[in-house]
Amino acid sequence: MRLKCPVCGERDRREFYYVGDAVALARPDPDAGEAAWDDYVHNRDNPAGVTRDLWQHEAGCAAWIVVTRNTVSHEILETALAADVKRAMS
Amino acid sequence: MRFSALRILKEGLTGNKGWGAHWRDPEPKAEYDAIIIGGGGHGLSTAYYLAKNHGLTNIAVLEKGYIGGGNVGRNTTIVRANYFLNGNSEFYSHSLKLWEGLEEDLNYNVMHSQRGLINLFHSDGQRDAFVRRGNAMVNQGDDAVLLDREGVRKHLPYLDFDNVRFPIYGGLLHPRGGTARHDAVAWGFARGADMRGVDIIQNCEVTGIDIENGAVTGVQTTRGAIKTKKIGMTVAGRSGQVAAMAGMRLPIESHVLQAFVTEGLKPVIDHVISFGMGHFYISQSDKGGLVFGGDLDFYASYASRGNLPMKEHVMEAGMTLMPMIGEAKVLRSWGGIMDMTPDGSPIIDKSHIDGLYVNAGWCYGGFKAVPGSGSVFSHLIATDQHHSEATGFRLDRFRTGVGLMDEEGTGSQHNLH
Repeated sequence: MRLKCPVCGERDRREFYYVGDAVALARPDPDAGEAAWDDYVHNRDNPAGVTRDLWQHEAGCAAWIVVTRNTVSHEILETALAADVKRAMS
Repeated sequence: MRFSALRILKEGLTGNKGWGAHWRDPEPKAEYDAIIIGGGGHGLSTAYYLAKNHGLTNIAVLEKGYIGGGNVGRNTTIVRANYFLNGNSEFYSHSLKLWEGLEEDLNYNVMHSQRGLINLFHSDGQRDAFVRRGNAMVNQGDDAVLLDREGVRKHLPYLDFDNVRFPIYGGLLHPRGGTARHDAVAWGFARGADMRGVDIIQNCEVTGIDIENGAVTGVQTTRGAIKTKKIGMTVAGRSGQVAAMAGMRLPIESHVLQAFVTEGLKPVIDHVISFGMGHFYISQSDKGGLVFGGDLDFYASYASRGNLPMKEHVMEAGMTLMPMIGEAKVLRSWGGIMDMTPDGSPIIDKSHIDGLYVNAGWCYGGFKAVPGSGSVFSHLIATDQHHSEATGFRLDRFRTGVGLMDEEGTGSQHNLH
């Protein structure tokens, strides 16, 4: 599996650290309540198909990257800098 | 049909014409007292113990493919009870005891072989940790023997004891640990359940869970609607999707775990060997293939196949531990889909929906749990009470933080197990 770092280009999977579901982009407010935080920290959609997760280009430029990919075929559909994705959300 | 030596002799002399099917192929009924979703090891053993221990025989196991075609057919067949934490410890102990009586109980040869499992250690600190684990196992009533370097050498003379990075200091031997024939476990439980009246319905995918006023009323399947008031889901690997049919989100992320087998060789590895520092473990199947594996690929996946980096890592670890393995040719590799929970321990609990019971999150340890899981899950479904040996696998432990079972001590977080 190769991931395309928006900064460095296409690189081997070994250069990246997998963090998990890109849920981290939508962190609840500190006072959002127990249910919201439980959902954020633990519960996952866990789709068989297209998912969006967060990786870090640990052995490269250290950028945080949102990867849109297919969990069934391992196809990488899109990568974007997490900072840009976050900015577009606000 | 009972299996016995006499029967084998008789069939051998009469052309093996008397063997019948091991289970029926029934049409689904309109209604059952309980439905188990998933005809793998856990689902079939749950159905078996529901019938045997609780007298519930008007039940069905619904399997979307063929029974035993999922993770019970894709694992590395290790059976052990060497857990450390309360909650896990008593459960796996319970399961191992069931394994030890399983073949007689099922009248089925599951080839359970207690060949001994050795966990290697490579530093003084690791030795201390294994002494502590061994004591926990002994306190639980199971067996553990601390081996020094020479003790390990007696069992496993072919290891590289003087490896520069991981010199072998000793090992923790779990004599009752071993392996079993995975397919036979599924078949044995299927046959046992079928004999007691359970309908095993294959090629029957559940496509919806019917819920009215907060209670289960039935399921929609590719073979029609079926009514029931109790549903047990045993679909580890796919739990997220089945739970979604009931509008639930689970604390589970599915990951791929790879395994490998070499060509058949003469007997060379008598034990199960676990080389934790290299994330590598190995045993030899009765057919002669060396069966081995490593760690997760570490990204969410349903692909049933892994990527090259983990393959290389596992091969390197094998070469580090026992250079002789380099002579063996790898025949095939495959991936199983693991329900990974944040703390690395399973979930066996009621859900917030009446009549919907969850058995999930087996991470990479579901096979050894097959009899134990069926025994305690059937108890929960039949009585609405947790079995005494499985009170710790609560779904709400993640929300409350109470009773987390983080066996590896790395933290209760999704990408750490």
